[in-house]
Amino acid sequence: MNAVTSPKLHDCRDAFVSVLERLGAKNPKVVAVCNDSVGSSKLGGFKSKWPERLVNVGIAEQNMVGVGAGLANGGLLPFVCGASCFLTGRSLEQVKADIAYSNANVKLVGISSGMAYGELGPTHHSIEDFAWTRVLPNLPVIAPCDSIETAAAVEWAAAYEGPVFLRLSRVGVPDLLAPGHQFELGKANLLRDGDAVTLIANGTLTHRMMKAANILAAEGIEARVLNMATVRPIDVAAVVAAARETGAIVTAEEHSTFGGLGSAIAEVVVAEAPVPMRILGVPGIFAPTGSAEFLLDEFGMSPAGIAEAAKTLIARKSSRI
Amino acid sequence: MQPNDLDRIARQIRLRDLQAVYEAGAGHIGGEMSAIDILTALYFQVLRIWPDQPKHPDRDRFVLSKGHVALALYVTLAKRGFIPEDEISTFLKPHSRLNGHPNCNKVPGVETNTGPLGHGLPVAVGMAKAAKLTGAAYHTYVLTGDGEMQEGSNWEAISSAAQFGLDNLTLIIDHNRFQQGAALKDTNDLAPFPAKLEAFGWDVSEIDGNDISQIVPALQRRGERPHCIVAHTNKGHGISFMQDKVDWHHKVPNAEQYKIAIAELSEAL
Repeated sequence: MNAVTSPKLHDCRDAFVSVLERLGAKNPKVVAVCNDSVGSSKLGGFKSKWPERLVNVGIAEQNMVGVGAGLANGGLLPFVCGASCFLTGRSLEQVKADIAYSNANVKLVGISSGMAYGELGPTHHSIEDFAWTRVLPNLPVIAPCDSIETAAAVEWAAAYEGPVFLRLSRVGVPDLLAPGHQFELGKANLLRDGDAVTLIANGTLTHRMMKAANILAAEGIEARVLNMATVRPIDVAAVVAAARETGAIVTAEEHSTFGGLGSAIAEVVVAEAPVPMRILGVPGIFAPTGSAEFLLDEFGMSPAGIAEAAKTLIARKSSRI
Repeated sequence: MQPNDLDRIARQIRLRDLQAVYEAGAGHIGGEMSAIDILTALYFQVLRIWPDQPKHPDRDRFVLSKGHVALALYVTLAKRGFIPEDEISTFLKPHSRLNGHPNCNKVPGVETNTGPLGHGLPVAVGMAKAAKLTGAAYHTYVLTGDGEMQEGSNWEAISSAAQFGLDNLTLIIDHNRFQQGAALKDTNDLAPFPAKLEAFGWDVSEIDGNDISQIVPALQRRGERPHCIVAHTNKGHGISFMQDKVDWHHKVPNAEQYKIAIAELSEAL
């Protein structure tokens, strides 16, 4: 499938609340739960339509996640929304025991994930959330790449019986997927085909991968680009095919290089089809202050930086032959 | 059911619990004995439940937040017909669904998975809030330990229950005065509980939590605010040498102690 590109940038939270309000109008069981985050989760519209269905527990994330599990037990369909750093970090044991282990039909929506709060410093960077959530059984972990995929993933999550972690950003991204795109759990999207290397990303990194692929193409290097929104369950078939057919994989994520998308892919590669890999992300440090865009560039995830990493990796691939 | 009948059931549950701890070589017998009268009152008198339809939407909810006394819940559920009584002998055995903390996806009658402390009350707040939003008539009960109240998440939940006006929520604190390693008063003494709960906007009752005739009316009490029952209990209640001894949090009786305990619990059967 060829990517449909548009230069306009979208805040994926808008796509999330637009679908949430559409679902809310159809289904009175849809409720939103938040931790004083009506504004940052953009729940103002939902609240004005259905004030009683906006359950604001105040600044109390452990209680928020537990309450979400209880609401689901009572037959409701809760979307529990909060800044991803607090939703996952502060209440991780509630996410483990009350949501994942109890298999509660709760949709956890981590807002402003990654380095969206770049200037606020490492307490507010959410670059551990893939690692923390993807080790939990029963819990799909999804980071959509654009507003189209966000809307599709929210629709899918509402229809799916069981817990889900949706990881959204507030940083604007262009639309990449075709309008009408249907989300499929654990299925990567081929945005661009090529045989020299595979570039895999999700969230705010996917469009940077596409730009990196364009830089490489201008130099005669054809890169495959996969958008892999689902971190768990990982798309094993797409990873194995990428390894076998292109011989090298570069991953990029708004996350620590420890335990995130790149690690999930490496787990498959090392077991099924070992090839050289380069995992781009925050290299296991507390990041300095700066905007998300600045920090991504700083850690080698500008389009040019990704293209450079790809070329280095391709050279390694050739030297092995 | 009369208090005498409930007393008899509670003693039978204690006896089966003791046997299972002895056979499994593990359990949390002290806290089980303190809570069994409350469990008996709930399951045999107060809760509106249908053992053959454990997910019936109108069922009252009960959350065992002190999940480490799972065995007492299993024995109670078995006696009430949720699971086969002979399954209690599989407690803690490999692949048994009756592990050391209750699993709602395997054991009918269990509402949510507990074990780590401070989890049950927030979930119970969500259950009660759901009933408010949907107009459901069920009541939600949650049992915590007194040591467990040291978990901050409970106070987040206590505050939100009052804010939400959850008059359909009853918290029972099993106030046996001991936690795993020491007395509550020597660790982080939250007692007395009533003034603290009242300050958060709750109604509070104080009862003898090992006296069925006091437990039942307290559980049935309804008001305009969330209700906390501070149930004064004895750790190891019913077995003389275990009572109020911190050692019996999760100690297992030896053969001689087991014989004495069986004899004491059998006396009034």
